[in-house]
Amino acid sequence: MMNNLNKDKFDNIKTKKSLIIGLSLIFFGFVIYLFFGLGVEGQATFRLSRPTDPFALPNLILPAHSFIGLSALLIAFFGGRIIIKAPKNFTIFMALSFFLAIAAFLVWATAGKSFSLTGMLQATVVRAVPIALAAMAGIMCERVAVINIGIEGMLLAGAFAGALFGSIFGNLIGLILAILVGGGFGFILAALVVTFRVDQIIAGVAINIFVLGITSFLTNHLLKSNPELNDAPIFKSIHIPFLSEIPVLGSVFFKQNIFVYFCIFIVLISTYYLFKTAYGLRARAVGEHPKAAETLGISVIKTRFNHVIMGGMIAGFGGAWFTLGSVGRFDEGMTGGRGFIGLAAMIFGRWHPVGALFAALLFGFADSLQQKLAILRTPIPSEFLAMAPYLVTIIVVAGIVGNAKPPQAIGKAYVKEN
Amino acid sequence: MKLKLNEISKSFGPVKANSDINLTVDCGEILGLLGENGAGKTTLMNILTGLYKPDSGSILIDSQLKEFHNPREANKNGVGMVHQHFMLVPVFSVTENIILGAEPTTIFNKIDLTNAKEKVLKISSEYNLDVDPDQLIEKLPVGIQQRVEIIKILFRDAEILIFDEPTAVLTPQEVIEFFAIIKNLKKAGKAIVFITHKLHEVLEVCDRINVLRSGKIVGEELPKKTNNKKLAELMVGRKVNLKTSRQIVEKGEVLLEVNNLSILSENKEPLLSNLDVKLHKNEILGIAGVQGNGQTEFIEALTGLRKISSGKISYFGKECKNFSPRKIHQLGVRHIPEDRQKQGLIGDFSLTENIILNTYYEKKFSNNIALNWSNAKKEAKRIIEKFDVRTNSEEIIADKLSGGNQQKLLIGREMSRSINLLIASQPTRGVDVGSIEYIHNQIVMARNKGIGVLLNSTELDEIIALSDRIIVFYEGRVIAEFPSNADPNIIGLAMAGVN
Amino acid sequence: MKFFIYLSNYFSNRETIQEIILIPVIATLLAIFLGLLLLIVSGSSTQIALTALVALFTGSFGSLSAISETLTAATPLIFAALGIAVGFRAGLFNIGAEGQIILGGMAAVAIGFSFQLPFFLHLLFLLLAGALLGACYAFISGWLKATTGAHEVITTIMLNLIAYRLLDFFLRMPAIQKEGRNDPISKSIFETAELPRILNYLDPNLRVHMGFIIAIIAVTFVYWLIFHTTIGYEFRAVGKNLDASKYGGINSSMTIIVAMSLAGLLAGLAGATQISGILGRATPGFSAGIGFDAIAVALLGRAHPIGVLFSSILFGALIAGGRAMQVSADVSLDLITVIQALIIIFIAAPILIRKLFPWVFK
Repeated sequence: MMNNLNKDKFDNIKTKKSLIIGLSLIFFGFVIYLFFGLGVEGQATFRLSRPTDPFALPNLILPAHSFIGLSALLIAFFGGRIIIKAPKNFTIFMALSFFLAIAAFLVWATAGKSFSLTGMLQATVVRAVPIALAAMAGIMCERVAVINIGIEGMLLAGAFAGALFGSIFGNLIGLILAILVGGGFGFILAALVVTFRVDQIIAGVAINIFVLGITSFLTNHLLKSNPELNDAPIFKSIHIPFLSEIPVLGSVFFKQNIFVYFCIFIVLISTYYLFKTAYGLRARAVGEHPKAAETLGISVIKTRFNHVIMGGMIAGFGGAWFTLGSVGRFDEGMTGGRGFIGLAAMIFGRWHPVGALFAALLFGFADSLQQKLAILRTPIPSEFLAMAPYLVTIIVVAGIVGNAKPPQAIGKAYVKEN
Repeated sequence: MKLKLNEISKSFGPVKANSDINLTVDCGEILGLLGENGAGKTTLMNILTGLYKPDSGSILIDSQLKEFHNPREANKNGVGMVHQHFMLVPVFSVTENIILGAEPTTIFNKIDLTNAKEKVLKISSEYNLDVDPDQLIEKLPVGIQQRVEIIKILFRDAEILIFDEPTAVLTPQEVIEFFAIIKNLKKAGKAIVFITHKLHEVLEVCDRINVLRSGKIVGEELPKKTNNKKLAELMVGRKVNLKTSRQIVEKGEVLLEVNNLSILSENKEPLLSNLDVKLHKNEILGIAGVQGNGQTEFIEALTGLRKISSGKISYFGKECKNFSPRKIHQLGVRHIPEDRQKQGLIGDFSLTENIILNTYYEKKFSNNIALNWSNAKKEAKRIIEKFDVRTNSEEIIADKLSGGNQQKLLIGREMSRSINLLIASQPTRGVDVGSIEYIHNQIVMARNKGIGVLLNSTELDEIIALSDRIIVFYEGRVIAEFPSNADPNIIGLAMAGVN
Repeated sequence: MKFFIYLSNYFSNRETIQEIILIPVIATLLAIFLGLLLLIVSGSSTQIALTALVALFTGSFGSLSAISETLTAATPLIFAALGIAVGFRAGLFNIGAEGQIILGGMAAVAIGFSFQLPFFLHLLFLLLAGALLGACYAFISGWLKATTGAHEVITTIMLNLIAYRLLDFFLRMPAIQKEGRNDPISKSIFETAELPRILNYLDPNLRVHMGFIIAIIAVTFVYWLIFHTTIGYEFRAVGKNLDASKYGGINSSMTIIVAMSLAGLLAGLAGATQISGILGRATPGFSAGIGFDAIAVALLGRAHPIGVLFSSILFGALIAGGRAMQVSADVSLDLITVIQALIIIFIAAPILIRKLFPWVFK
């Protein structure tokens, strides 16, 4: 029951907010034109397929100046629309503006040159994989209310195990052992936080430092002197018949290696598991209200152990991507913060596997963008481009966290009384 | 089924929570278990439901010896418990909460929701427990949540039902409905244990009453052959003065005036709508209402802890716009928060450190940069002595004090300095009877000295015993106002939203 | 995240002797033992492991120069760990010391070779610039936490990663890069900006410098700040019980921002003293993981300034000993990282230690 006075007040707040957002969008459009639109000449050529493809698409050619001008104008238009109409939900306009800004940026960077759009999208998917897997590992743990800051370390351990065992036993066994090593660290984390009630963040940080130390130590002591132990056969990409021949989409989704396919599989299966099955229901109950679960005969301790180990195994699999899925050799600290970015993706995706996957694709995009733009030789120093995924992470964590609700019992040790 | 407890004992460290407890409940019987906070009622029931293991003694069901290692085993043997703090997952639906841990499944462990819902509806109609199986728990009023809890244990075929302080969160009307429900259950042949500290409730609904004090059963009574006074003395162990003496004092000028106050939540839903409240000198204004009807937000707004959306709050004739808690404190407004461990005290700080929590920056305790610990210590000693806080040092941490002593420390801190207005929220929650008497007397004395008191309590008895005027909160509005001598039943109706 | 609960259980300054001394000592010895075990498992002979063990001790406390090396390595740790301890007290987990050290070091280098100033003034400017830039960098995380609730663990880690890239960029800037070099390395700071060596009169090769004295002053200052000032009271109140601190009229957002910035200031000083006292110039890896070691140090010292001082010296000894180990037994320094991580785990899980060695605690 909201009476008139309250409603006026409510509208007031709403218009004030839309005014701010609208004005900043207009300003944003202006800035985009100023930075990218002014003085830009020529056409931007985006290649959509290779000439050898069975169904080759023509190149996408955009006149740089007019495209950037148009994008900037559209962003400003959205801003004006938000101010005038004060719609309830402006997320869609903000997302569109963001998209246009990225497009304008790409066109500016490509002006007068040619750039493979399909190649970048393919790289986006590839680079999203470890982030998405880290996020899935995070979801498994956080859904049972265990914060896993140690995912970075688990990825690193998986990468190392994949390289070492892959070199000895071949890539398949290497992969399996990487998963087991990840699960092992999951077990250690669970033992520390569940059994010994170590603060979850401290335990995670300790695992990260430990893995960084031990993998670097073994790299220097073992791998440097025996290079044959750091040369694993990688998983080649598998072309899925017919589907892989679809223009653009075929290369992006169906000419990838098993890590991409399994990642999507894990996302689907964990969604089903968490939200449709009895075990999933119990797991979520443990994360939300462990005492309630315990009174119904669900063992909080066992549930937490199982899921943190599962999370560790997923992280181990994700870690193997760095070695068995891409370069075949291990380098010290090669995961480069992907575990933490995965946690940000988890938050952005609101602890839902599908949401986290999309968030991971966004981060993967930022990651591949910096990699591909280096080829185009833009005036932006490569170091700054390399910061893109980290900056996006900070923005996401700062912008989203206020609205997203983690499982209620998160971070708290469960003390079983008796 | 018939339940028998034999010589049950349980200690936590040096504390004997239960010693040599014997009790029996028959099917079709309601046994009242009466005791103060900390008498050992909850411990006993946690033993019975398999959450705790007893140090010695045995549990017999239908004369068969049973041992429960976890709640599931207790469930399997027909024992079910409705906890004082509901064991429900707020973001789950009614059905999900009911089936949790005993889910009907199809292939691949998939939950069979249709089947589950059918079962829920069947129980709900059989025992007259009306619920919507698809609703989320967080959207339901507590009365309905309690029904969900009851269905949850019936879903597990419980024959022995234990209710731990089931009426603590209910309105008087919901209490009446609840009594109807348990009488129904009794008719269906269930054995029921009803744990409470409210005397009139056991007298009204139980067939037999056991009184628990300091972990021991100190008496068994039949409702027809006993009375309030006798039970109270058994429960506390000495003569108790159930009424606080209150002389009539003429109320003075307006100290606090709230006009048209509204607060919106983050999702823009109204938490408080258009409140108008006045508090006078020499007056205790009681806020009655079921928890969660905006009282907490109201007090947070008054004490500067929450931003208001519209309206006006004026102290002593001057409007306070966006005042911080510190500014309001400086006006002589003292606040006893509803949760002393969460808000009022810092459990790991020493008593001295806690004493200066809202005054540490004042001249007496600091020179703007460095703290003056010796003054702080003196102040702590003074308050500990004056307000009868039982401790051997002001250097121990606050967590080490009992609930009653923590509350006395808190009240001492707030009332020992110059004070014009007192806002007291749940001042006696979780406190022993001796401390309750003490705290009530302090509040009445403050009012007699010319202070205005705003008293917020979910215990209607407390409100009626102390207040000069009573307002009732319902869904973020003041729904009714009563004089001190109003009929509790009518106040109860207002608490349930009937105007 | 209820880090506050943890703090209240863990960093309370009312522990028994057992917890303050016995557990850290056992944790350290156990970690060293496991580290050596790792050495043997990874294929080194027992002989080498024993040589390493001996080197670890002689290299840290075996001679005057060893002690000097230990104190030299401890100096930046003291600053950075004090910063982390201040954060802990206010309920903040600052993993960003590494980034703050890098920024502090960058500022120090820039000031160190850009001006010609008299000795003391130049040094003062250098240290102030380092402290200030470190504080500004940490301010970002504190401000984000206070205004948006963004968790400081994630933001500080991201800022660390950004700091590495900033350093790469910085070292290739024409104004910074050493003339005639293609690799990323900065110009050297002037002598007027260097921290003097304090044992110069005994032996000019002893590297322990004025920074250590400043670090001791910082320990005293932080102790006074935490336990005897209103700001320190606010830090601890916010860290232990956020709700109660709000009730007590403390501006928690401001407190968080101030605590984080102070942490960054101290870490920035760590970077600046390292540049000014030891390195003289910046290279890509100049921060050498000090910011991460400092986390372990702060935990080991239970976020108490005196504890931080002693555990910094212990970690300094591990580093100095580790270097000796590297020379005499050819064991990589990463083994020290492993030992440090193990120390954190054992310290954070006192129950584990008690279970492993019940006879010590009976």
